[in-house]
Amino acid sequence: MSMTDIFNIAMMQGFAGLSLFSVLLLMGLGLAIIFGQMGVINMAHGEFMTIGAYTIYLASTLAERYIPSFMEEYFPFAILLAFVFAFIVGWIAEWALIRHLYKRPLDTLLATWGLSLAMQQTFRSLFGAREVSPTLPEWLLGSWSPAEGLDIPSNGLFVMMVTLLVTGFVLLALYRSSWGLKVRATVANRAMANAVGINTKRTDRLTFAIGCGIAGIAGAAFTTIGSTGPTSGSLYIVDAFLVVTFGGAASLLGTVASAFGIAQTQSIAEFFISGSMAKVLTLLLIVIILMIRPQGLFASKIRR
Amino acid sequence: MTPTTWFKRHGLASWLLLACLLLVVFPLLFDNFRLNLVGKYLSYGFVAIGLVMLWGYGGVLSLGQGVFFGLGGYCMAMFLKLEASDPITTKIQSTPGIPDFMDWNQLTALPAWWVPFEYLPFALLAVVLVPVILAFVIGYAMFKRRVGGVYFAIITQAVTLILTVLIIGQQGYTGGVNGITDLKTLNGWDIRTDSAKVILYFVNAGLLLAAILVCGWIQRSKLGTLLLAMRDKEDRVRFSGYDVSMFKVFVFCLSAMLAGIGGALFTLQVGFMSPSLVGIVPSIEMVIFAAVGGRMSLIGAVYGALLVNAGKTYFSESFPELWLFLMAALFIGVVMAFPNGLAGLYETYVKPRIGRRKSATAAAPVDAPAQHPAPAALDDALPPGLTREEC
Repeated sequence: MSMTDIFNIAMMQGFAGLSLFSVLLLMGLGLAIIFGQMGVINMAHGEFMTIGAYTIYLASTLAERYIPSFMEEYFPFAILLAFVFAFIVGWIAEWALIRHLYKRPLDTLLATWGLSLAMQQTFRSLFGAREVSPTLPEWLLGSWSPAEGLDIPSNGLFVMMVTLLVTGFVLLALYRSSWGLKVRATVANRAMANAVGINTKRTDRLTFAIGCGIAGIAGAAFTTIGSTGPTSGSLYIVDAFLVVTFGGAASLLGTVASAFGIAQTQSIAEFFISGSMAKVLTLLLIVIILMIRPQGLFASKIRR
Repeated sequence: MTPTTWFKRHGLASWLLLACLLLVVFPLLFDNFRLNLVGKYLSYGFVAIGLVMLWGYGGVLSLGQGVFFGLGGYCMAMFLKLEASDPITTKIQSTPGIPDFMDWNQLTALPAWWVPFEYLPFALLAVVLVPVILAFVIGYAMFKRRVGGVYFAIITQAVTLILTVLIIGQQGYTGGVNGITDLKTLNGWDIRTDSAKVILYFVNAGLLLAAILVCGWIQRSKLGTLLLAMRDKEDRVRFSGYDVSMFKVFVFCLSAMLAGIGGALFTLQVGFMSPSLVGIVPSIEMVIFAAVGGRMSLIGAVYGALLVNAGKTYFSESFPELWLFLMAALFIGVVMAFPNGLAGLYETYVKPRIGRRKSATAAAPVDAPAQHPAPAALDDALPPGLTREEC
């Protein structure tokens, strides 16, 4: 094995880790807002991702049937649509369910689990029990090879770009927009936020809906990697919660760091042992670290 | 009659009603097949009453009860499997005398940690001790650091995922996705015959009734009062000089032990154990058994386990597409509309009428569960986002 081979393997292995990192981060971002900022346990988070995925599927089927010339460009628009759909459903869910339960986090957990079951069955009734995949535009298939023997899959690159964009956008929104200011004020001290004239109830609803919308984007981006079924969402939920909890719930940077750490641990471990044992090892490490340091990597500076 | 004795009698009355139902009515009413099904549901009853103690009284929600149920079940299944794979029946294998799935996975000798499970006393001890030890480790680490509420729930869920992935991944040692199947005899006694199933049903029902009595005794003791106090105002109990975390560890271990016993009885009655009974989804469903029955009521939890499971069997056979919606409605309804479950409905609507009819002298019912508002753990589990204004 020559030096270039080793270099290529290292590059591709590193890319696999980065790719998993962007997947985990994208999963965790919406939850970092909903669980991290608002403290709501949304067990239906995975189903909001599935909404995004099915939106892409719908869009691709419609585009294929009615405007085939649009097939190359439909994807970005479909992602926006995924955000809108998940946003709307999130808005309704907050209004109907979540807002009554802010003071009872454990009960929110059960209620949103119920919500997720209902959503799964709705998907099954609407789209069938089989897994579906959208027809992807040409530029998402194949791979990019900058050098001989070095193949970087373009769907992985695409997910990475989406993650980068969404993370940048969320950071910007949270720290530079008036919505972000309101969210942070509400998180820090609800009573004072109310007193200075922030409509905290409106902020809650908007925040929850935005978190769900981001989940929708995540689900949409994941259609480039795997197929979508009615219960796909439940595969993500534990990982997503662990990413956010491990990072330190209220810290967005913590979420980024923990997604990076988890992804690298897992992909490096996968190089040496089987996939399932790598997963066990990673989860075990997370649980043990959380037992020693329950506040997560980056503790929030909130007075309790 | 003082209110306390009245309460005790009343608690005893509903216990006797349940005992009568389980030991007399069901065996007379159902054929062997149905009775075996009820027995299977009753093994979930152990998990449900464990959750009443842990969640209703302790205010700690564990989403990992499936782990303990599974560990108990697997310990039992390992013994039964070893007994079923004696060298004579497994002589066609390339290595006779080891469980078939090990042979399929090219194992040539029994792994060392399987060996002690050849002895029934060890297996029975493991059914109780393995869940308790795991619960102690998790509980001690978490509660000593004052982790509670939602974080505890998430971590127990992660533990559930670890165990499931581990069982499925280590096929040669655990039987993988299929689990441990083809269980035949318990110390030479064939558990697949009808008479054995009936006997196992009675063993299960009897143990469950005994467990309810023990838990009821704990609830009425000082420990139960402390648990309630801790759930509602943890800091005050801590400042009174109690080691709050160890009480939580105790009740977590208790619930794990109950779940383990339930798992072992499940294995005995159903004849197999598989990772699909251990995972995240079954673990959350176990919470709904307790929630439907009433998270404060031991007896209610048993009815909850019976009803939800019977509903599941009926609907998933007859109207599979409706079942998930119904389950969703149960989860949401039990949280939003009647947080005290069946027991709460009974306390509010049925009991006052009975009391009135019985006699005018019966004092106002002093029933501990009825007076505690359902939303458990309002305070101790507030997320960082919602600050406590009033404290």
